[in-house]
Amino acid sequence: MLAILLATIVLHLTDLIILFISTCANAWRTDGVRNYHLWYDCTQKNGEADCSGTSDADWLQAVQALMVLATIFCLISFIFFLCQLFTLVKGGRFFFTAVFQVLASLFVMSGAIIYTVMSPEVKNDNDAYGYAFVLAWLAFPLTLISGFIYIVLRKKE
Amino acid sequence: MLSVLALTSVVLLSLASQITAIVVYTSWEKHALVGSDVRLSCSFFSWHWTSPDVTFSWQYRPDGAKEGISIFHYGGGVAYVDNKGPFRDRLEFVGNPSRRDGSILIKELDFSDNGTFTCDAKNPPDIVGHSSSVRLLVFEKVPVQAGVVTGAIIGVVLGLLILIVAIYYLMRFLVARRVFSLSMSKHGKKGKGKEGTQQKQIPKVPPVFISF
Repeated sequence: MLAILLATIVLHLTDLIILFISTCANAWRTDGVRNYHLWYDCTQKNGEADCSGTSDADWLQAVQALMVLATIFCLISFIFFLCQLFTLVKGGRFFFTAVFQVLASLFVMSGAIIYTVMSPEVKNDNDAYGYAFVLAWLAFPLTLISGFIYIVLRKKE
Repeated sequence: MLSVLALTSVVLLSLASQITAIVVYTSWEKHALVGSDVRLSCSFFSWHWTSPDVTFSWQYRPDGAKEGISIFHYGGGVAYVDNKGPFRDRLEFVGNPSRRDGSILIKELDFSDNGTFTCDAKNPPDIVGHSSSVRLLVFEKVPVQAGVVTGAIIGVVLGLLILIVAIYYLMRFLVARRVFSLSMSKHGKKGKGKEGTQQKQIPKVPPVFISF
């Protein structure tokens, strides 16, 4: 019983950390010494980073908003989980926690899909997707599984 | 004593008007749609009164060109607009020189109008000063500024969330009050009893289990 609780909390915290890193790190695409998207366009020159803002494209701003919202909703669902753990009636389900976690997973899915569809074409061999993009796609199934766990989880005793 | 004070103030004023120069103000950048009209504003600050010989002159330098050309001049109470250059028949003077406003209106913009417009104002005897430039950017579609869409989406979603939570608690409050006022006499004692048992429970980490 305690193991299930600990596993659920660990999964949720892992989701939160992955979402934070994916949203805040500026490494959705890399091009050798240059890493760009989601926030800046930085080029490494002799150890220094030469950064400028990314383009004003609407889809990029939508991805930014969706990633931020997914992180906020995951954080809210974690706080709700801790609240409901102590205030829920016996046999009750973690309804609000599940709702926020599933919403977070939908937001990160939308953000990852929009970015995948709209991101510019690969220009040369060095142009590749960065680790933040991979983490975003990883966050989607993890948050979805976590949300489903909260749907079936019940408070005992 | 009074005469000394008057003399020093006159001397100081004349010195001040020689130290401070005329300052010309224009916008920094102007965004406009192709085919529309744009008003380029120009004003100035000067310690002297507005002279009847005040002059305004506008210069245009296209993007990428090294030299600019004169397109407008106001002097001696008469406005002279461009009648040979790229703005012939498209330029109009909409300023008010007695109110220190030397703005011009450019009609039917085209992409070739991208460039820097420089306004130079002179208010004799205050003629020393820098001119000011405004960059004109002509767009087919006005672009969305960075962060506007992001902020809008986040704001709307969080606002909806707060609204739903507020409505939920409001409904619960209203229902509870209606129920409370209707059945106060019957269940009053029962409610007090339930509250007492709940407060005595010691909070501990409750176990959870999975059930379908």
